[in-house]
Order: sequence, then C-alpha cells, then structure tokens
Amino acid sequence: MGKLKAFAAFWYEFIVGDDPLVAVLIIAALAGTAALSTRTTACWWLLPAVVTLALAATLARAVRGSRK
Amino acid sequence: MGPGGYSGGVGTAFLLLSVFLACAVEAVEALTIVLAVGVTRGWRPALQGVAAGLLLLAAVVAALGPALTVLPLKTLRLVVGGLLLTFGLQWLRKAILRASGFKDLRDEAAAYQRQVAAAEKAASAKRPLVEDWYAFTLSFKGVVLEGLEVAFIALTFGANQHDLPLAAAAAVAAVLAVSAAGAVLKAPLARVPENTMKFAVGVMLTGFGVFWGAEGAGADWPGGDAALPVVIAYVLAAAGTAVWLLRRRRAAWGN
Repeated sequence: MGKLKAFAAFWYEFIVGDDPLVAVLIIAALAGTAALSTRTTACWWLLPAVVTLALAATLARAVRGSRK
Repeated sequence: MGPGGYSGGVGTAFLLLSVFLACAVEAVEALTIVLAVGVTRGWRPALQGVAAGLLLLAAVVAALGPALTVLPLKTLRLVVGGLLLTFGLQWLRKAILRASGFKDLRDEAAAYQRQVAAAEKAASAKRPLVEDWYAFTLSFKGVVLEGLEVAFIALTFGANQHDLPLAAAAAVAAVLAVSAAGAVLKAPLARVPENTMKFAVGVMLTGFGVFWGAEGAGADWPGGDAALPVVIAYVLAAAGTAVWLLRRRRAAWGN
C-alpha cells in the first residue's frame, strides 16, 4: 500500500505539480472550448485567456505564500 | 494545417529548439548528480546507474511512442495540449519566480557540493553486478527523475508532429552536448544560464499547449498555422510582463 501511494504521489506531483489550481483551470478551459466549439469554431480565445489567468493566479498564490 | 501537424519550417524549428533546451536543462541537473557520485564513489556504479536510467527512459519512449501515434489527431492534440500546458506552466511559474527574485536561482556548484557531502557520508552496499548500490541508485534516480519529463515532452512533440525520430534526435543531441561539456570540464556546468533556458522552454511548451489544446478541443485558429508564432509571442509577452510586475512588487516590499 505504501508503494502504491508513493507511486500515485509521484505521478500526481509529476503532472499536477505545485499548484492544483493550474490543472483544474486547464481542464475547465479545454472543456469550455470543446463545449463552445459545438456552436462556433471561433472559440480559440478562451484557452489563452484562461492560461493567462491561471499563470497570474498561481504566481499570486506563490508570492503570497513567500510572504508568510 | 497538414494532417502531419504544424507543417511549416518554423514549427519544426520550434520543436527542435524546445526539446533541445528542455533536455539540456535537465541534463545539466542530472550531470551534477552523476559527477558528484562518480567523483566520490567511483565511476563504474555511477555510469551503470546512468545506463540503467537511460534504458528505462528509452523503454518508456518506445512503449508510449507508437501508442500515441495511433490516437486520432484531434484526441492527440487535446491530450498533448493539456499535458504541455501543465508542464509548461510549471516551468514558467518557477522561472518567473526565480527571475523576479521570489525564488532562489538554482546554483549547480552548491548542489554539487551538497551531493558530494551526502555521497561521502553514505554507507556502501554490494549487490549482484553492482559494487556500490548507493552510487548506482543515486545516478539511476538522477537520470530517470530529470529525464522523465523530457521524455514526455519529446514524445508529445514528436507524436503531434508525426516526427518522433526528430524529437528523439534533438533530445540525444542535448544529452551528448551536456555530457561532452561535463567530461571536458569535470565539474558541474554552473555557468549555464539555466533559468533563462527554463523560461524559454516554459514559454514554448505553454505556447504549443495553447495552440494544440484549442485545436484538439475543436477551435479553429484565425490564420491557421500562422497563429502559432503569434501565440508563442503572446505567452512570452505575458510571462515577461509577469516578471516585470513581480520585480516591481518585490522592490516596493523592500522599501
């Protein structure tokens, strides 16, 4: 069980990294783009917008954390 | 857009540069570990660990590569885009925090000294074929942990461009260049601008991730392939602005 947990923790750390919020926002943006694309394929703008937001949010969280 | 992925020469150049830089950065960090182990514990187990690590990474690429290339292009782009975005934003986050002074820059010389000190203290144990298990496992882990992300990057780029051999060649070239420099200097590559390279890799991974992810999710880019350099330039501008803003904030806090 310990090894299984360590294995799962390794892959979580490897893919998700330090801030799970980034992974959540990326998945939401990809799902949102897929949903919008059923109505129009001119929905390219959503992903860059959310990625910018995700970068700003994760940096703000890191900076806030560094002040504590 | 051709069925083989981003078909222009610019796309191939970005692919080569991204994989080469990502691989070079991780190879520099792995070299620090292997050098420390080799110098303090002996080269034979250290190089056995390197060989075993490289074999495992090659097996991962050989196993996943063909599996990725049989996915439908749209699904592949969605998966690859998502993965590149998570990796790219992790690299970018770290590089921006370091560039703006909120995180210490990585010091290869100091990391080397820490590894040497730890390697000198550790006890030795013999296993079949391996005379020093500690040295073997430390080298093995160094190569695998630093190399796994690069193997994924090379795989995802190569699969999406339908050119795995090109991505693998860029990765191997980077490892050879770093290994040759390490063999000549016999010291960690402390003067390599690691953070600048990480920043560049983060920008390119994020840019490709946005481009492919949106296409995979069903969006069409205005201008088709021509949008890729614009997307990368946008990510570069956003990351550069973040560094500028955080430096100003740090300076304001310092006063």
